[in-house]
Amino acid sequence: MSWRHKDLLGLRGLEKKDIELILDTAAPMKDIIGRDIKKVPTMRGKSVVCLFYEASTRTRTSFELAGKYMSADTVNIAASSSSVVKGESLIDTGKTIDAMGTDIIIIRHGASGAPHLLAKHVKARIVNAGDGAHEHPTQALLDMFTIRERKGTLQGLTVTILGDIFHSRVARSNIWGLRTMGADVRVCGPSTLLPPDIAELGVKAYTRIDEALEGADVVNVLRLQLERQQKGLFPTIREYARTFGLNQERLKRCKPDVLVLHPGPMNRGVEIADDVADADFAAIEEQVTNGVAVRMAILYLMGGTSSGIAH
Amino acid sequence: MNLTDKAQLMNEETIRRAITRIAHEILEKNQGVKDLVLVGIRRRGVPLALRLQQKIQEIEGVQVPLGALDITLYRDDLTTLDVQPVIHKTEVPFSLTKKTVVLVDDVLYTGRTVRAALDALIDIGRPQAIQLAVLIDRGHRELPIRADFVGKNVPTSKREVISVCVAEVDGEEGVSIQDMAE
Repeated sequence: MSWRHKDLLGLRGLEKKDIELILDTAAPMKDIIGRDIKKVPTMRGKSVVCLFYEASTRTRTSFELAGKYMSADTVNIAASSSSVVKGESLIDTGKTIDAMGTDIIIIRHGASGAPHLLAKHVKARIVNAGDGAHEHPTQALLDMFTIRERKGTLQGLTVTILGDIFHSRVARSNIWGLRTMGADVRVCGPSTLLPPDIAELGVKAYTRIDEALEGADVVNVLRLQLERQQKGLFPTIREYARTFGLNQERLKRCKPDVLVLHPGPMNRGVEIADDVADADFAAIEEQVTNGVAVRMAILYLMGGTSSGIAH
Repeated sequence: MNLTDKAQLMNEETIRRAITRIAHEILEKNQGVKDLVLVGIRRRGVPLALRLQQKIQEIEGVQVPLGALDITLYRDDLTTLDVQPVIHKTEVPFSLTKKTVVLVDDVLYTGRTVRAALDALIDIGRPQAIQLAVLIDRGHRELPIRADFVGKNVPTSKREVISVCVAEVDGEEGVSIQDMAE
């Protein structure tokens, strides 16, 4: 079993064995993070560039540390302080980075499909760290890793994704990945934040939270992007918290051993109550650790020569 | 690659005797089990290390700690491979600091696996000493490495293939040698 793709652009189209390979590889990587000496020499001499056109703390730091723990040389480029402000195009920036001998480019971009465009124009391997409202594959992989670690499997679990589904790349990647791994996926949010054709992805859509939580094994709470209120997609933050906020009382409808996830950063008291976020059945900090492990696994699997791999 | 007929070098009985002798040699060299730990290199070094642990317990009545080492991340040929090999867990659930580690593997050949294992061990802790026990030493070293404990020395040519089978991994026991035919 081996990784046979040049890039990691999304979870749509990945096979079950691809996802399993990443999750299986992440488990031994997690042990390295717990050691005194958090470094293995595996990617010595490889270079990884994080090219971020959007603000990010955890994803960028997570990739950077993953690269450093694997002994790769990592460089961060924030678009706000680079030639991008002089008007350089994505493709030209990509080609410049490529020409410096970069092996892997990690890209986050506000436009859906930007990583795919870049992948067509550079020799380096591309990892999508979030593109528009399209996909955020490494977040979904770390969510699935966390679920599998706690529950032993993904097959047959009922996972409820709660919040702003419409604008969420985390939701999309989770739906693709979880469906491939044999989980039942429900999505729940105000109807203004649910894409009308979401059922085509093989999920059940709910606008009432109590129904969506009934018998759920896992609840993945999405961050409410507060700027959406300006667009009139929901009346007030208080009302959202009252109708869709996850609290202890609502969780009683889930399975007794329910697992709560949140990709961060959290709006405490809005989409998730304090006593839920800090409870033992929530794995929100664990998700952060697992994120580094999953990204180490991806860098490792992409660390080989890319010759002989179907692009 | 065609292989000629196998010639058997060791069977269940001779492997058992070799393990027994190595266990005694380890105890003799280290004057008992004080600060002694065993670490098997995945995959076949692990069951061999387990047998040494059991044998040492029979002799001394003490169970020495046993760990398993996956050396994939420390291989020196990763950047030349198209596809990365599968990684397994390293399980060394005890401190190595100031311990005498006996590293266990099935075959010693070029020495590159042992070189990787030494690096992996040193990243986990700082042992007082590291010793090496192997079931088969077939020669052709490419690095300045030698074994402290050897089950059987087998002079080979580079064209020959040594296969070690252990019940825990392969369902059968035995060591055989084959020639790679042109």
